[in-house]
Amino acid sequence: MRVEKHPVLGDREVGRLVSVIVDGKEIQAVEGEPIAAALLAQGIRVFRKTPRFGEPRGIFCGIGRCTDCIMTVDGTPNVRTCVTPVKAGMVITSNLQDGGKDDGNR
Amino acid sequence: MGTDNLFDVVIVGAGPAGLAAAIETARRGARTLVVDENGKPGGQLFKQIHKFFGSHEHRAGVRGYDIGKQLLEDAAGTGVTVWLDSVVHGLFENRVAILQAGRQITVEAGRIILATGASENAAAFPGSTLPGVMGAGAIQTMINVHRVLPGKRIVMLGSGNVGLIVSYQLMQAGAEVLALVEAMPSIGGYGVHAAKIRRAGVPVLVGTTIARALGRGNVEGVEIATVGPDFKIIAGTERILAADTVGLAVGLTPLTELAWMAGCEFVFSPRLGGHVPLHDENMRSTLPAIYVAGDITGVEEASTAMEEGRLAGIAAAESLGFSDEKTAAIDKDAVRRRIDVLRSGPFGEGRRTAKAEILKQHAMR
Repeated sequence: MRVEKHPVLGDREVGRLVSVIVDGKEIQAVEGEPIAAALLAQGIRVFRKTPRFGEPRGIFCGIGRCTDCIMTVDGTPNVRTCVTPVKAGMVITSNLQDGGKDDGNR
Repeated sequence: MGTDNLFDVVIVGAGPAGLAAAIETARRGARTLVVDENGKPGGQLFKQIHKFFGSHEHRAGVRGYDIGKQLLEDAAGTGVTVWLDSVVHGLFENRVAILQAGRQITVEAGRIILATGASENAAAFPGSTLPGVMGAGAIQTMINVHRVLPGKRIVMLGSGNVGLIVSYQLMQAGAEVLALVEAMPSIGGYGVHAAKIRRAGVPVLVGTTIARALGRGNVEGVEIATVGPDFKIIAGTERILAADTVGLAVGLTPLTELAWMAGCEFVFSPRLGGHVPLHDENMRSTLPAIYVAGDITGVEEASTAMEEGRLAGIAAAESLGFSDEKTAAIDKDAVRRRIDVLRSGPFGEGRRTAKAEILKQHAMR
């Protein structure tokens, strides 16, 4: 959900909207915003599942330190989505691939 | 190595401490480079939309992001070079290893100032790894910088200023704060911040903690419970709140990796957030070429970080001969007086004592 109006910051400046693909589904995102913010704005909170136990993970620190929010972006695994800006046409997938097997980061 | 990669001072971190340090070194004529891994400078200042405290000379009453804007303007005016999207991943004596757009760059520095900041702590309870459990600072970043609301019904854990301020900011952004819980018997932050959220109807529950976060894929409820004097949950006091998000405001830890790697000596200071590099009254670490400033030297807030940055900047410039001893002494004294003011009063006392202990430990080595 977007914060459109704000008593201190005023109305949200609407940036250029672009499309990205998240786990096969097209969503609208603001160009240049972190991937994590774009996903959260669409109500997506589960970014990946842990390789061993399949536990869900999402955003924790939001500033690129904890690596909880990593996903695979345009084929590159383990990308910190909270500090990686959205570009038009990005293909973003959960870090857990191949129906349960992890992507080789173990 | 070309002269392009030769700087008098290289500063790691473009937050309040790093930028303030850069302004001081560059003003004194030192060729200064600031490196930051983020795409934008300012560190965590731009998410701080509340008015700062302190005296007039500390920009009291000015909002964090306006202080950030001013710092950027001042830095630009002094001719500082700023490299963004650039990660410092190694320090090798006077050389700084930087990764920039997949390319490896090595920069040589007369002095290095580490202003790397701090990161948020987690708290462990069943369900604490569920999506929807976030750092309070992460929530602040999402709502104030990226304008995205992480949830509608929040339980905040921790009543320090971060927990209090972010609770208020969540309400400003349109969320409901179901409760702010604090295991300690009293509120940790400023009374004025606590009063603001209480007036808005948020229950501030001291002696209370989060027993667990409920939900399968993400947070669907939060169980809170009363704790006894031993901080253990009292059976039978558990109650469930229909929250969809948990904010954790349980402190920060200094980001010290580079100082460890360089071989700086450390001291453990629980009051300041953990291990911090030993340093003297000039913010110089135990390595002559390395200075430290801001949250890496102990978690405080942006106003003291800026002052420490100034102090480190003046001292580093002086050590390279960009300022004579007498002038530098006057400049440093002025900064130290302002720092003393920031660490005065009942809330500053703990930090002041802990900081004094670091100087003492440094003097004894």
